[in-house]
Amino acid sequence: MINLPVFEYARPRTLEEACALLAEGGASVVAGGTDLLPNMKRRQVEPRLLVSLRGLSDLSELREQDGGLAVGAGVTLAALASHPAVCEGYPALARAAELVSSPQIRSAATVGGNLCVDTRCTYYDLSESWRQSIGFCLKLGADTCRLASGGDRCWAVSSSDLAPVAVAYDARVRLVSAAGERVVDCFDLYRDDGAAYLGLAPGEILTELLLPPPAGLRVTYRKVRRRGSIDFPILGVAAGVRLDDDGRCTDARLVLGAVASAPRRVRQAEEALEGSRLEPEAIEAAADAATLVARPMDNSDLTPGYRKRRVRVEVSRAFAELAGSP
Amino acid sequence: MSHAVVGKPLPKVDAFDKVTGRARYTDDLKLPRMLAGKILRSPRPHARIVRIDPAPALALPGVRAVLTGRDLPIRYGILPVSQDEHALALEKVCYAGEPVAAVAADDVETAERALGLIEVEYEDLPPVMSPAEALAEGAPQIHEDGKPGNVHRVAALEFGDVEAGFAAADHVREDLFYFGGNTHAAMEEHAVLASWDEARLTVWSSTQVPHYLQRALSRVLELPPSRIRVVVPTLGGGFGAKSDPFPHELVAGKLAIVTGRPVKITLSREEVFYCHRGRHPVQMRVRTGFTRDGLITAMDFDSVLDGGAFGSFGAASTLYTGALQTTTYRVPAYRFKGLRVFTNKPPCGPKRGHGTPQPRFALECHLDKVAEELGLDPVELRRRNLVEPFSKTVNHLRITSCGLAECVERVVEASGFERKHGRLPRGRGVGFAVSAYISGAGLPIYANEMPQSEVQVKVDRGGGVTVYSMATDIGQGSSSVLRTFTAEILGLEPEDVAVVTADTDLTPIDLGSYSSRVTFMAGNAAVAAAERMRDLVLGAVAEERGLQRDRLVLRGGRVFEEGEPEGGLSWQEAVEVASAARGPLVAAGGYKPPELAGPFKGSGVGPSPAYSFTAAVVELSCDPETGEIEPEEVWIAHDIGRSVNPLLVEGQIEGSVYMALGEALMEEHAFRDGVHRGPSLVDYKTLTTLEMPPVHSIIVETIDPEGPFGAKEVGQGALLPVIPAVANALADAVGVRIDEVPITPDKVMKALRELERGGPGRVGPKEIPQFEFREPVRVEPPEGPGPWTGPVRA
Repeated sequence: MINLPVFEYARPRTLEEACALLAEGGASVVAGGTDLLPNMKRRQVEPRLLVSLRGLSDLSELREQDGGLAVGAGVTLAALASHPAVCEGYPALARAAELVSSPQIRSAATVGGNLCVDTRCTYYDLSESWRQSIGFCLKLGADTCRLASGGDRCWAVSSSDLAPVAVAYDARVRLVSAAGERVVDCFDLYRDDGAAYLGLAPGEILTELLLPPPAGLRVTYRKVRRRGSIDFPILGVAAGVRLDDDGRCTDARLVLGAVASAPRRVRQAEEALEGSRLEPEAIEAAADAATLVARPMDNSDLTPGYRKRRVRVEVSRAFAELAGSP
Repeated sequence: MSHAVVGKPLPKVDAFDKVTGRARYTDDLKLPRMLAGKILRSPRPHARIVRIDPAPALALPGVRAVLTGRDLPIRYGILPVSQDEHALALEKVCYAGEPVAAVAADDVETAERALGLIEVEYEDLPPVMSPAEALAEGAPQIHEDGKPGNVHRVAALEFGDVEAGFAAADHVREDLFYFGGNTHAAMEEHAVLASWDEARLTVWSSTQVPHYLQRALSRVLELPPSRIRVVVPTLGGGFGAKSDPFPHELVAGKLAIVTGRPVKITLSREEVFYCHRGRHPVQMRVRTGFTRDGLITAMDFDSVLDGGAFGSFGAASTLYTGALQTTTYRVPAYRFKGLRVFTNKPPCGPKRGHGTPQPRFALECHLDKVAEELGLDPVELRRRNLVEPFSKTVNHLRITSCGLAECVERVVEASGFERKHGRLPRGRGVGFAVSAYISGAGLPIYANEMPQSEVQVKVDRGGGVTVYSMATDIGQGSSSVLRTFTAEILGLEPEDVAVVTADTDLTPIDLGSYSSRVTFMAGNAAVAAAERMRDLVLGAVAEERGLQRDRLVLRGGRVFEEGEPEGGLSWQEAVEVASAARGPLVAAGGYKPPELAGPFKGSGVGPSPAYSFTAAVVELSCDPETGEIEPEEVWIAHDIGRSVNPLLVEGQIEGSVYMALGEALMEEHAFRDGVHRGPSLVDYKTLTTLEMPPVHSIIVETIDPEGPFGAKEVGQGALLPVIPAVANALADAVGVRIDEVPITPDKVMKALRELERGGPGRVGPKEIPQFEFREPVRVEPPEGPGPWTGPVRA
């Protein structure tokens, strides 16, 4: 067993109070704790203060809004996966939530937590003494990345299952701090930098995931991992299409998870499909484009070459599924 | 003969405690004034310790003691031939994770902080991470007093005339295989609690071998064994992970003595990966000669074991990679050359199947390839070569009861193998393999003539019976087995029998829970003890009550003359009669295997008083676009002599299948840049319940003449055939051969791409390290099967 470092704990009653506590610095938000607490045990983060969001009941609400859905950041993944409005309107999001880790984790882990889940790397996700034995890494404690091709940027992998799907649904997120609040595209929440992977300002809390009305957008999510449970994605494929009455694709979405430090949207693939009837040739072109941009590194499970080749298979299967199901 | 308790599916003795959380494991124990112990481990795979200064840590308030290598300078090791470990590294460190210092402090937090204050200066040496590197010209020497080339053990044996056998063959095939290293991943992390009372040391530890731990503590702490008590609380899984004495155990003992206070050390999961003693990575070459009809004429088997940094059980592991090939097939001439080398990794040791799953994988995949070349059905090829019951192998192993043929037929029948093999749609396949395993090693770890297991039975005036045995229940159910035998013989309900185990003060010797020896050996000792108790009670009752001794039976809690259950007296009354007439109602029994070693050096490994046999069929699907493999169904038939408790037997078989599938498909003890690549259960993949297919366990009973109630081992043997059956099923499904374990999707895809390009569609070793073996020792095959001796109960 590994012990947690010493920390203080606050459970504010209002969002304002939470923002005020976070504004003091050295604090971290905690909800389900399924990502944060193991990271603390590994001494990857050692916040002075944990600000619990559990006392903020608004954050665990899921409500319809402007024809879409507003999902509180504190909604658990288990609740998200089984919510009728999510299963009905955004089944890929429910599916992605259901594919996160294990039932026990999903009953504690939250939407906000998964969207903000730390990037992962096999040179990073181990104990402090292990990381010491390799001389630490760029993400924490050293100034070079341990990956051979690394150097001066961190290549830790975006490992959220919800993020690629949320981006595919054109979702936005509400960010609140003592200084005020803003709403940004979910895609813009992320940066392709494993060490500073979130575009959150200091003291900012992600409070809501805002899903626009699907308006005919059908999305599917495919997750690659070694086992049917527990594992983080080593590839996530969120694919979406809108088809006109003629069966022609008017709008396509392809977002890859776990191939970079941020969800990777593949515009070339989307363009290859738009205007098509999702014929095999169009899907193949999209899969080629996706394979081209995916650059998995040797810092996750299985070999990078395998994971890259797998992109083609999963992208093809995702769009084939969308082509086959009205 | 029907039995009242033996053969009944009764829950384990400790089942209720375990599922309700009431069971107390070592880490649950607390003593007044207890200190927390922590171990500082080397971050370097290979380095000289230039300086080590515990002073800054000692100065931290709350720190009670700091130990370094100089405080425990005596070497130890599980095998007398490999006394090469130090509790804390003395002059150099040989793997990342090796203990270098230890702290006892008022609490865990202080102990952890203190570790960071111990100053250690290392001078790095080049790490040696594979046998090829270890054997290379000019390679750094890991053990300076060891053999050149980092060679740990070499074996070279030849039984019969191998060259003549090959000359007589119509067909000779050679294949190379690699079995990657993996570890046990038992649920309970190792823990120890030590307490010193100025005269005696008590050590509670999660160990499979309390007796060997007592010996190691005695040696390193320089205390007579009579002053050391080792107790094993409830243990959460071993699989071989807990059968060496470990640094944390020796360190806890020393810290308790130095501080005069109890000290507890519980390892983290990461530390458990560093303790390791898991499956050796083995590179293998197998060459076999066959007649046109598929009869084996000769076999030549080479293995190179990557031992890690220390000896551990490695001398035995080396021989085990060559010993049991002959126990499933008649091999008229057999040559084995084995080599174990040191590398800068955590030491390998015994994991479920100890040294035999690797060669079994190689052999069973090799035979499938042979069958294909000869145009024979893979099952038929095996059928033609199966060993006979009550026979002797060319390497002098005595086979007694053997239900291998029945295992083969039943598993083939149940699975529909012959209907499916080669006939399922692409992407789906079936694979077949067989195996054998020992029921305890015939020879003890240290040479002696004493019983390997002893059991005492005591009867209370209330009629309750207590069985005392050092046999350690590591989850396999040995306590339940001892209770079953005793209750059966004394005609009682299992609940009337209490079992006291695994305590060197309270219980008589049992060598430990390894090599599948406990049911057979402690079981035989328990049978002997219970029969003596029965004879004592019945003798007294016959005499005192004027009944006929040879007609008296114990059944259903009563003593009566056969056929007259309404007469006689209750067990309670019988106990009172016997106690008044004979005094203390205590009895003891022991077991020692017959003389089994062959007439050659190295014959200590392989002999067993009995062998279990297994046959398995695995059906799987493989997606040819992703290489992902899904086990669909497993049929497995296991000849275990007698099923003492079918519930436990099935649990052992299913557990074996689970572990085997994990090894076959994903488990891998991988290293990168000199350190373990992912010492955590997120990175080290084991199957989840979702990957576990339905398992059809078929129990085959052959009633071994020397086993207790005819029982043999269960629990290790069943792992063996599953791994090659997976590889064979994959070949059937998609036509590729992955000649190395684990069989991961990336390897499958690589082989499939090669196949598409017109290549052989194989991933596996292309060579194994070259080594100049000495001329093999030639041993004449035994003359005939030789007599078996009957039970040898002391």
